[in-house]
Amino acid sequence: MKNTIAERIQDFLKQFPPFDSLKREERLSISTQIRVLYVEKGEYIFRQDNPCHDAFYIVREGAIGLYRNFDEEQNLVDVCDVGDLFGLRIMIIKKKYRMSARADEESIVYAIPAKVFEPFIEKNKEVNKFLLGTFAAHARNYYTETEKGQRIDNTISIETAQDLSALRSISYRKKPVTCLPGDIVEEIAKKMTKKKISCIIAVDEHKHPVGIITDRDLRANVVTGKFPVKSHVTEIMVSPVITYAKKLTVAEAQIALIKHDISHLCITKDGTPNSKLIGILSNHDLLVSFGNNPSVLIKETKRVKKPQKLRYIRKQVAQLLTTYLEQDIPTGHILNFISEINDALVIRTVELALKEMPAPPPVTFGFLVLGSQGRREQLLLTDQDNAIVFEDVKEAEYESTQAYFLALANKITKGLHTIGYAYCPAEMMASNPRWCMSLSKWESQFNDWMTTPTEEGTLLSSIFFDFQHIYGNSTMANRLSDVVFEGVNKSNRFLGLLGVSALQKPSPLGFFKQFLVEQNGEHKDTFDIKTRAMMVLIDAARILTLYHNIKGVNNTLRRYEKLAELEPNNAALFESCAKAFRVLIKFRTRQGLLHNDSGRFIKLNTLSKKDKLRLKRCFRPIRDIQEVLRIRFQLKNLM
Amino acid sequence: MNFRFKKNNNAPDFWLEYLRLFDKKPQKLSPGIRLIALDTETTGFDYEADRILSIGAVAVTNNAINVSDQLEIYLKQEVFNVDTVEIHGIRKNNDFEKVTEIAALQQFVKYIGNATLIAHHANFDRKMINSALQRHGLGSLKNTFLDTAVLFRNTKHLVYLNDQNKRYSLDELCNDLKISKSDRHTASGDAFITAMAFLKIVARLKKDKKINFEELSRLRTHLE
Repeated sequence: MKNTIAERIQDFLKQFPPFDSLKREERLSISTQIRVLYVEKGEYIFRQDNPCHDAFYIVREGAIGLYRNFDEEQNLVDVCDVGDLFGLRIMIIKKKYRMSARADEESIVYAIPAKVFEPFIEKNKEVNKFLLGTFAAHARNYYTETEKGQRIDNTISIETAQDLSALRSISYRKKPVTCLPGDIVEEIAKKMTKKKISCIIAVDEHKHPVGIITDRDLRANVVTGKFPVKSHVTEIMVSPVITYAKKLTVAEAQIALIKHDISHLCITKDGTPNSKLIGILSNHDLLVSFGNNPSVLIKETKRVKKPQKLRYIRKQVAQLLTTYLEQDIPTGHILNFISEINDALVIRTVELALKEMPAPPPVTFGFLVLGSQGRREQLLLTDQDNAIVFEDVKEAEYESTQAYFLALANKITKGLHTIGYAYCPAEMMASNPRWCMSLSKWESQFNDWMTTPTEEGTLLSSIFFDFQHIYGNSTMANRLSDVVFEGVNKSNRFLGLLGVSALQKPSPLGFFKQFLVEQNGEHKDTFDIKTRAMMVLIDAARILTLYHNIKGVNNTLRRYEKLAELEPNNAALFESCAKAFRVLIKFRTRQGLLHNDSGRFIKLNTLSKKDKLRLKRCFRPIRDIQEVLRIRFQLKNLM
Repeated sequence: MNFRFKKNNNAPDFWLEYLRLFDKKPQKLSPGIRLIALDTETTGFDYEADRILSIGAVAVTNNAINVSDQLEIYLKQEVFNVDTVEIHGIRKNNDFEKVTEIAALQQFVKYIGNATLIAHHANFDRKMINSALQRHGLGSLKNTFLDTAVLFRNTKHLVYLNDQNKRYSLDELCNDLKISKSDRHTASGDAFITAMAFLKIVARLKKDKKINFEELSRLRTHLE
């Protein structure tokens, strides 16, 4: 029989996930089973601790608030507007509601019977993903509960689920061939030839790995005549070995090899060198398990002779990035890979620039990257922010020394520009005399920022405080971090000012929970994901790590991890900040890859409902971390 | 006209079955009972000369419109009024599946049973259906009616009630109650709108005038 009403409902449903991924007939058959509810403002659709209804709901008109009660207190968890789903609990756990749903304004909602919808969850992967995601969003969002010792026990996080599949464990060679430290090199070479292996692990009497000998070591140390063939293993073995636990993932293994610049990892029982050797993992194993390989790119980078070739490598990195995003490799790992390659690119650029210089550097220097690259969070090509610090020289020689490094910096920035890093519009580059100074000048600059804070100072310090030493002599960079911490310890006022600037970032959502877009300028009507969302998280992480005197942790995600350790009572908040940051960075990267730009300005109309939902979810921790800053540094008085 | 007196004797089974439903006392109004919101589209406003083009109906239970419990019938036409086609968009011949008047009536009474019916200006729909029933030698509908026009008037403050006989159109209701007018002027669409109006009116009456659902019966239309 014709059912005009159901057809109209179908027309509505097709605009929203997960229904948009169903066929028209499927939607229609769902629509014919729907109940249409009208709820007055303030009326409840269901209440916390009521048994679940036989249906879940989608908002047709109006707005439904989801609330959780603690004792007498009622907390707003989320507001569902047109097209949003709620009451999904029935689809997952058919027990009591954990939240109340109340109409914030008069609303019409469709009740979709669980029985009707269940078959589609099994059939359609998209539907399944979306439902779990939405459900988890509502449940997970509510981290304050952990503080009250009442964690939501059954949150199903879609992200975790995806992470698990991406983090497949790597297979390694079990029962590796071993030798004793006292063995004669000639014997073990025979053994290796017989077994057709390229490396052998030296173990002690407890089977704990103590060293490794590879073909390369034999060639370099024995064949060259440096050591006689009758030497003992201990004399030529490389020690200590790098060890990992066996549940190593493809991603982790890759990072480990890149980080230590080695070709083999020892797998031990508990992951430390002080436990039994159970396997060995080689570069080759990794290649086999992981087709696309950043370490190949890094190797290539090291051999490149011209910046133009580096550009080509960076393009490959962009492709790699796309693949990683598609495979849903966890953001933390992606950041690691890409940062390693970015670093390698910069190092190579500096090396090439040095070769072009007519003379070697007059004194030692350090090349620093700042901002997002310094935090190792740079996935897309952005502006280059960098600086040079060189050794102190005599007053008379200062000018000529600086001139040398400025000339070098010019070559470097030009090289980076060729790769694809745009020149920094604010000239925060080593080629600017302000950012190419001797150590003592840098020290006084940093002190200046901290003791007599100005607006510009706080802005600059927020960039310069996230520096990473990339090339050259690292002692000067280390000295500068010490300066920062000394300064912070002297006065909390500086932290307060940094805090104010974090709070003054424009907020992402307006009064009606709509996205706030840029009002004018080149990027009119786009959403500035960097300023409105990511910067606050970045700033807050920096301020709080400074506050805790945590040195050497520049990465925002790491910072939150560290903070969660240090402040267990705020751990849930920090974790949710990290989570939000991960989502945001992925978002920005996807957008950037899509539009071939920095991904900073997002055209909202290109986002699906699903994406908007994901994005909005990230804003809650932002608001809360701002609150933490406000209270901790008593910023009300400063603003 | 005389057919009316022949009732029951050789009436078809479906009609006798329908009548039997009314042997018992009618159900009291409560949110849990099944109400049917309905609308008929006709060729005109003359109960005798004009004919029903289509009937749309949908059930309301527990303050919800139950889309699975609905009826949408299109009738084959002998009488055809060109003037109304523009309003309803129902041509004499188009691709809807159409049934004869008697078949439509049979489906309709089987569907409504003894439920209380909701309609806007209910008298019109009731009379159109009764005329059709009588053309086939059957009696009038036995169901009680709630008229959204009357219910709506009751939501208005006394101040506005000087105009006691104001006839609120369905369009006015939609505007006042903020109901989307999509599918207005199709029987199903109007039935749905009527059902939605009913839910909204009930909520208003309950809030402003403290009239419970159960008490709605005193607002039941007294039909002549």
